[in-house]
Amino acid sequence: MGNIFTQWFGDNLLTYILIPVPILIYVLVFALYAVLGERKVSAWIQNRIGPNRTDRFGLLQTILDTLKLIQKEIIIPNRTDKLFFRMAPYIVFTSVFLGYAVLPFSSVYIGVDMNLGLFYFFAITSLGVIGVLMAGWSSNNKYSLFGGMRTVAQIVSYEIPTALSAIVVVMLAGTLSMQKLAVLQAGGVFNWFIFGGPGSAVKIFLIPIMVVSTVILFMSTLAETNRTPFDLTEADSELVAGVHVDYSGMMFAMFFLAEYAQMFAVSGVVTTLFLGGWQSPFGNLIPFLNTPVFQVFWFLAKGLFLVFVQMWLRWTLPRVRIDQLMTMCWKYLIPITLVNLFLVGLYIILT
Amino acid sequence: MAELRTEEMILNMGPQHPSTHGVLRLVLTLNGEIVEEVKPVLGYLHRCFEKHAEAMTYPQVIPYTDRMDYLNAMSNELAYVLAVEKLLGIEVPERVEYIRVIMSELQRIASHLVAIGTYGNDSGAMTPFLYCFMDREKVLELFEIVCGARMLYNYIWVGGLSHDITPEFITKTKELIKYLRPRMKMINNLLSYNKIFIERTAKIGILPPEVAINAGVSGPTLRGSGVKYDLRKSDPYSIYNKFDFDICVGTGERGVVGDCWNRYIVRAYEIEQSLRIIEQAIDSIPEGDVQSAVPKRVKPVAGESYVRTESPKGELGYYIISDGSLNPYRVKARSPSFCNISVINQISRGHMIADVVMILGSFDIVLGCIDR
Repeated sequence: MGNIFTQWFGDNLLTYILIPVPILIYVLVFALYAVLGERKVSAWIQNRIGPNRTDRFGLLQTILDTLKLIQKEIIIPNRTDKLFFRMAPYIVFTSVFLGYAVLPFSSVYIGVDMNLGLFYFFAITSLGVIGVLMAGWSSNNKYSLFGGMRTVAQIVSYEIPTALSAIVVVMLAGTLSMQKLAVLQAGGVFNWFIFGGPGSAVKIFLIPIMVVSTVILFMSTLAETNRTPFDLTEADSELVAGVHVDYSGMMFAMFFLAEYAQMFAVSGVVTTLFLGGWQSPFGNLIPFLNTPVFQVFWFLAKGLFLVFVQMWLRWTLPRVRIDQLMTMCWKYLIPITLVNLFLVGLYIILT
Repeated sequence: MAELRTEEMILNMGPQHPSTHGVLRLVLTLNGEIVEEVKPVLGYLHRCFEKHAEAMTYPQVIPYTDRMDYLNAMSNELAYVLAVEKLLGIEVPERVEYIRVIMSELQRIASHLVAIGTYGNDSGAMTPFLYCFMDREKVLELFEIVCGARMLYNYIWVGGLSHDITPEFITKTKELIKYLRPRMKMINNLLSYNKIFIERTAKIGILPPEVAINAGVSGPTLRGSGVKYDLRKSDPYSIYNKFDFDICVGTGERGVVGDCWNRYIVRAYEIEQSLRIIEQAIDSIPEGDVQSAVPKRVKPVAGESYVRTESPKGELGYYIISDGSLNPYRVKARSPSFCNISVINQISRGHMIADVVMILGSFDIVLGCIDR
């Protein structure tokens, strides 16, 4: 299960410089077109047309928007903590981008196939909180501060159900390596962990537990990416834009980029854990669909579908209040995940 | 060891804030996320309407009334014109009365649609907002057919109307009634009965009926507290006593009577009642000339008059004193939004910042109406 770059270029420095390049390109292109996609999806949901003035279907819209943002002056208000204010967007983006290192895009392409992959992902992406808090605090703006405080409370709380529902899979698979998790789910849609993973007919008891775990993981990742209905950080009707209030130009764009990058990153994790990663849903019926290039396709398709669901939810639901958000996490999601964990443990012992 | 000292935080919400519905400033005293005190600061949209009116002839004031509550121009015109007509003591033709009622009910629908949509927007749901604006667009198209303007009409004149309605208007209105009922059902399913929306609004900002009455709260905000008081029924003006409709009150179907959800849902119910009134009126408009009673010169004898009407926001009254000249000596407007917002401090104490946004939205204020 080597990395194709290592095979091509050998185990040297050049390889390690080249490995992240496709991911970086992908993240940038994805973020650009996800913004356009979001605007189009919202437009269709709301009976509008959406951007359509730049090239066909507005395909150049976000590229031109980014060009505009690059040209804009970065305004740093007087009373901000300049160092932190400048650092914050980059920390947020870097932490998200580092998470991509362990996403298995294909059986032959993953940034680093470390044996603690999943653990690494949760650890590194939650570092983004520090960036958001930095931004909130250093802006010296009450709205930003509220946004920052809310994010920290929210993300720290939602780490727990996220991790707990992921651990369910780890217990069944016995590995934390993302690549191995994906490999384990070979053999068609019923071997995905949402349906209990590979195993005998007894696993039918696992299916409800795993479906609940999938939904909980998806919900908590939604909260961690600060998307509606959990977008309290930037709640535009209360906090105007939360931590983004004082940011302008490219620094604002970095936050935006990080948000969209994270949308796909968490979708990638949900995909890898529960939806079979890069495995084709047809298993070995059509071997052609299991070639490495198609694996990339499956991974992206599943991830992008989850991104679409995130957008769909955003344009349908109102936003919850901060105390309701916390109530949901501590009183419902965590107990449910704990029960799930217990049941899966019982299943493992009994079978 | 020195005692840990915590300070209250003062947060200026507005005048430029997305959910203050205009240029309102709320000074919030916060203890963490909990609101201790709300102080509304008004006057950012003050345009000296009352002083301006003294320098105008009576008909010239009408366009200014349009601009008071700009989402609700027809009802403003109607209230002012009724006050002037009372001063002059003229009777208007039956046809005019019918058209005025239809117009002000259409305007009520448009205004309530904005209220519902923006309330959804306040709660974070963007989509119902656009749906409501699409429907409001249809109402505005009707106004465009009759008088050419979409927002500020100068349509209702002293003693008559600026234009007669056309057959096209009647057919389009009937189409609108057919179109709007399923749409309202959809918006209710999407927003009003949404679990998250109910969680956000139910049991928030409970306004007890006694407090509401003492503060002079009126309109849907008062009816949300369960008080059955609607000037169209309790003090009928124009020809409202001819039509059959219900007064909608908050019943505590979700949450408790007087909370944000009940204030909100009254508006959704009232749209249905307005449709009923239009349905009854549109088929029985008598023939006549809409300008036959328009006086050549509006010059009332010295005296005073007060007319109060039920605007979509609440009780809208005009008090006019005439000194026998062409200009009014004094025009005083009793604006519903101004009285309604006066209770905000009382009912938002102890709630969170996000709730203040919801409470403010549930009053459906228009700053043009508050500041005049």
